[in-house]
Amino acid sequence: FAGLADVSISEDIPVEGEITVPVGSHSPDEDFSTLDEPVRDTIMRDLKAVGKKFVHVMYPKKSSALLRDWDLWGPLVLCVSLALMLQGGSADSKDDGGPQFAEVFVIIWFGAVVITLNSKLLGGTISFFQSLCVLGYCVMPLTVAMLVCRLVLLAGSGTVSFIIRLIVVIAMFAWSTLASTAFLADSQPPNRKALVVYPIFLFYFVISWMILTFTPQ
Amino acid sequence: QGGGSAVIDMENMDDTSGSSFEDMGEMHQRMKEEEEEEEGEAGAAEEEDGEFLGMKGLRGQLGRQVADQMWQVGKRQASRAFSLYANIDILRPYFDVEPVQVRARLLESMIPVKMINFPQKIAGELYGPLMLVFTLVAILLHGMKTSDTIIREGTLMGTAIGTCFGYWLGVSSFIYFLAYLCNAQITMVQMLSLLGYGLFGHCITLFVTYNIHFHSLFYIFWLGVGGLSTLRMVAVLVSRTVGHTQRLILCGTLAALHMLFLLYLHFAYHKVVEGILDTLEGPNMPPFQRVARDIPVVSNAVLNTTAKAIALTL
Repeated sequence: FAGLADVSISEDIPVEGEITVPVGSHSPDEDFSTLDEPVRDTIMRDLKAVGKKFVHVMYPKKSSALLRDWDLWGPLVLCVSLALMLQGGSADSKDDGGPQFAEVFVIIWFGAVVITLNSKLLGGTISFFQSLCVLGYCVMPLTVAMLVCRLVLLAGSGTVSFIIRLIVVIAMFAWSTLASTAFLADSQPPNRKALVVYPIFLFYFVISWMILTFTPQ
Repeated sequence: QGGGSAVIDMENMDDTSGSSFEDMGEMHQRMKEEEEEEEGEAGAAEEEDGEFLGMKGLRGQLGRQVADQMWQVGKRQASRAFSLYANIDILRPYFDVEPVQVRARLLESMIPVKMINFPQKIAGELYGPLMLVFTLVAILLHGMKTSDTIIREGTLMGTAIGTCFGYWLGVSSFIYFLAYLCNAQITMVQMLSLLGYGLFGHCITLFVTYNIHFHSLFYIFWLGVGGLSTLRMVAVLVSRTVGHTQRLILCGTLAALHMLFLLYLHFAYHKVVEGILDTLEGPNMPPFQRVARDIPVVSNAVLNTTAKAIALTL
């Protein structure tokens, strides 16, 4: 340490630097706008994510975006709208034979849970909520079919309308099943794909059947 | 950290009790109480000294340690309970099948075995039976919808699921209990599997007869297809039971329940030929609607209509 004894700082070298504390101007107007922006950004970001997933369902390619960031907003919206549209379709007003809101809701979620458990038990690599997300989003074609059926039923309820509804529902059912298969079957061992596809087929079949046999009061 | 003493009180480690994690909870509780006593004493001693150093600081630290300890114990208990009861891996071996195997078993369920002196092998698999029960639910829904069945208390879907699952689980348990009484060599999973695959005949019969409404066709399918699947189940059970009385009791019960269930499913949820209700309800009720609950009345009426239909076709 002897060599350090004569270290000294000459006094004509200025110490440079900046010490500034950013002080935001706190006017009340700016407070409201800074409060508004982040919330809208958050909502728009979530909405964009949901919208992107809807587009993925419309054109089912083997992409992992649907699986990676799963969310259950889309399935909730679809399930609620389908259940609302299916409500109250009964033959007799006294004894309700048509599916009630709670029934449709329970069928969709219970069915999705059963399919997920089944695919996990068969050795699937997909997680619980990812599978629920995919199955819920793939209900979208059937919701579109329900909308079309209601519109067709407004026009009339004869044989022609039944045939139109049958074709539309069958097409949408096939689309739903293919879309969900494209996402879910990849996570299974290759020789067991049929075992996973069959419950999905049954699930969408039951929903399609409820849509097809819907008769408004 | 004021770490708890690792004293394990052996007289409470009773592994034969079912709720061992409650014992662990007691143990942890006692550990915690000991610790709290220790800390309480230490804290009391220190408090007198540390009056000027901030009693609140010490008490806060004590509180934090106790809370931390409680959190650890709670988390451990919860994760142990979860891994014990919510583990679906318990069911994983029963779902280990290939599609070829499922198809083979479906076809086998319609072929009665001839060799009843040697115990027949039953695959303890749950995928096939579960899918068959769900298929039966779907077919039942289809039948109820086409016959405009009106369920007064409850919903269509609830009734279908309740009926099918109730039959599968309930009759399996009952026959398992009878098998226990009659000394038959069969486990619960095997019974569930056997009865589940026996529902394949029901599925075929109902699928055909809900769409083609001939009662004579239904009776042919009932005896033929239903009879075959019942014979298969009966043969397998006979091969696993010793003694004539026991075989008779077990197989008679199973055959009766299985055939009667098919009969019930057809007549309770099936579209009846038009004009039948004119004889019952009068002109007020529209012809295609009927209430699903009046079983005996309807089956009488259905038998009458069957006779009429056969007379008409002849």
